[in-house]
Amino acid sequence: MDATILASAAINGLLLGGIYTLVASGLTLIYGVLHIINFAHGSMLMLAMFGVFYLLTLLGIDPYLSLLIMVPAMFVLGYVLYKGLIGRLSSGKDENILLVTLGLSILIENLALMFFKGDSRTIQVSYSDRMVELGSTLVPLPKLISFVVAMVICIALGLFMRRTDIGRAIRAVAKERVGARLVGIDVERIYAISYGIGLATLGAAACLLMPIFYVSPTIGHVFVLVAFTVVVLGGMGSFLGAVIGGLIIGLTESFGGLFLGESLGQIGISLIFILILLFRPSGLFGARQ
Amino acid sequence: MTTSTPLSRRLILQAGAATAALGAPGLLLAQPRPVKIGLVHPVSGGLAYSGSQSRMGAQMAIDEVNAAGGIRSMGGARLEALNGDSQSRPEVGVSEVERMQQEGVSAYLGCFASGIALPATQAAAKYNTPFLIDVGASDLIVSRGLKNVFRLKPGFGACVDDAMVALGEINRAAGGIAKTAVIVHEESEFGTGTAKLLGSKLPGVNIQPLETIKHANPTRDFSNVALRIKGLKPDLVIMSNYQNEYVLLARTLHQQKVDVAAMFSVLGGGFNYKLVQEQPDIALNMMDFNHWYNPKSAKATALRKAVEAKGGLFTFEVYMSYSAVMLYADALQRAGSADKEKAIAALESSTWSDHILPYGPTKFVNGQNQGGKGVLLQATRTDIDVVWPNQFASAKAVFPRPKFS
Repeated sequence: MDATILASAAINGLLLGGIYTLVASGLTLIYGVLHIINFAHGSMLMLAMFGVFYLLTLLGIDPYLSLLIMVPAMFVLGYVLYKGLIGRLSSGKDENILLVTLGLSILIENLALMFFKGDSRTIQVSYSDRMVELGSTLVPLPKLISFVVAMVICIALGLFMRRTDIGRAIRAVAKERVGARLVGIDVERIYAISYGIGLATLGAAACLLMPIFYVSPTIGHVFVLVAFTVVVLGGMGSFLGAVIGGLIIGLTESFGGLFLGESLGQIGISLIFILILLFRPSGLFGARQ
Repeated sequence: MTTSTPLSRRLILQAGAATAALGAPGLLLAQPRPVKIGLVHPVSGGLAYSGSQSRMGAQMAIDEVNAAGGIRSMGGARLEALNGDSQSRPEVGVSEVERMQQEGVSAYLGCFASGIALPATQAAAKYNTPFLIDVGASDLIVSRGLKNVFRLKPGFGACVDDAMVALGEINRAAGGIAKTAVIVHEESEFGTGTAKLLGSKLPGVNIQPLETIKHANPTRDFSNVALRIKGLKPDLVIMSNYQNEYVLLARTLHQQKVDVAAMFSVLGGGFNYKLVQEQPDIALNMMDFNHWYNPKSAKATALRKAVEAKGGLFTFEVYMSYSAVMLYADALQRAGSADKEKAIAALESSTWSDHILPYGPTKFVNGQNQGGKGVLLQATRTDIDVVWPNQFASAKAVFPRPKFS
């Protein structure tokens, strides 16, 4: 096969992987700290994407500028949601949280269907069709921006976790809940902050996705399975794992499509999911049990 | 000598109560039973937009029939919608059919997707209940010998045949510049069936298919597909997919500046006013062979205005479902009953001609209307024009489209 086509497929895969990384990083944080699988992740992404859509169509705010609104807004939503609902209903049991987030996702999706209708919507901004030449490949500018910003956010998130007091507290809670409480960390607050940060990353992902994708009440389903695969591949709770896992899945999808066709090519993602569960259930960078 | 008894308030109340008790059943008997139409559309899941549009069209027709006094031959019987949701899944479509049967449905209407229509019509056949296909392209729907199934619109076989005639004529008029094509289709019955037909019919109009590319639903990225098409350098890209993938593919081809004489689709799921409104640059000059209303029909124009007044878009789902309800109402009027056998017989002999579609009188052969035809459409920056056939055309086709360079 022509080297140019292979190079283009690699670039497309990496760019796609950047978005997967961002969607998965929130999921991995929520799992790493709260030890819950957040079934509401997809519906929260959908909610954020509708937020970006309406910020542009009603107020004329550019999707990238919306980062300044959507990231804090989603953080607050996550914080309040955990404090007011998830934390209270869970009664400290992980399986309860799982059911609460599942119920939440069904509720949000159906409310979205009622208010936004089943319609899918797209936006057009002045730079939608602007292209950048990477070697012999033409790459849409919004895709390139998405990739770069996604990587910057992931690095910033990694630094936040390592260098700040809250980051250290989050890691402490993730590792040893009782010990963290004994040294004076407000564990409930850290849970709420973690859930908030998890949703804030979705706010960012939504701003980066809207210029290149569409939004509908069921859009979460399009990304959530991939996000879970990325988290399983990278290792539950690992940021580096989310980055590497996202890029691997992006490349797998791209090359799978190229060699097996766009229909059959997507089995690559499911195959990785099964293989990782079989041979390395803790993922590439996950802590071994 | 006569004596008069003064009417006490108690006596009047007693008389009133007796009248009400005796009269009410009579009044109830005088009201004909409503005719229940089961709407089996996907109003949630991936096809929710199209399903909601179908439901809106059907409800508008039901309201119109009721406002005009119901079915006159049935004593003014009203039509009543039983709303169902197939959730864009075939098995749920079947369970909705079963549920509605318990609720006394007289006829079904649906299902937008062929994959849902196939098992749903089969389930309805067990009860010999008429099933009107408003949208559903696969010809398998009407070729299995099910006596209860009626499709007003042409299937993908007829649409591809007519689309080839339209494409052939337009290409000839432009000096036969289009000689090759790449077909891109979604993986279900609709896209696969249409692509197969396209592949076999294109050589008949001197266009050779170079490659047929199948994609999954959903597909998140079409960059590789665009890359392959660019490498093949076809004169035409012919698409057959549902709303979301249609828009993503069109956007990617536009971004990658894939130069072709036309981006052409048959029953393109995303070719509608919404595409024109949201993505005018991408929509510009795209062509689609599809169901369309008759732009010269005053009734169709009035319906479009009514839909737009509600804040909706007049997409093909709306007027196809509207028309299917009107077809059934006409059959009920002639049958004088909602009895399933009689309604099926009335549909079989239908010559209904009060169309808002560019159709001739209805004539069913094995459940498929022979009088239905699609038209070739082309998008401008603000609207959609009919460009073929000439008797309904509102503009001349732009073919080949201007190059990006």
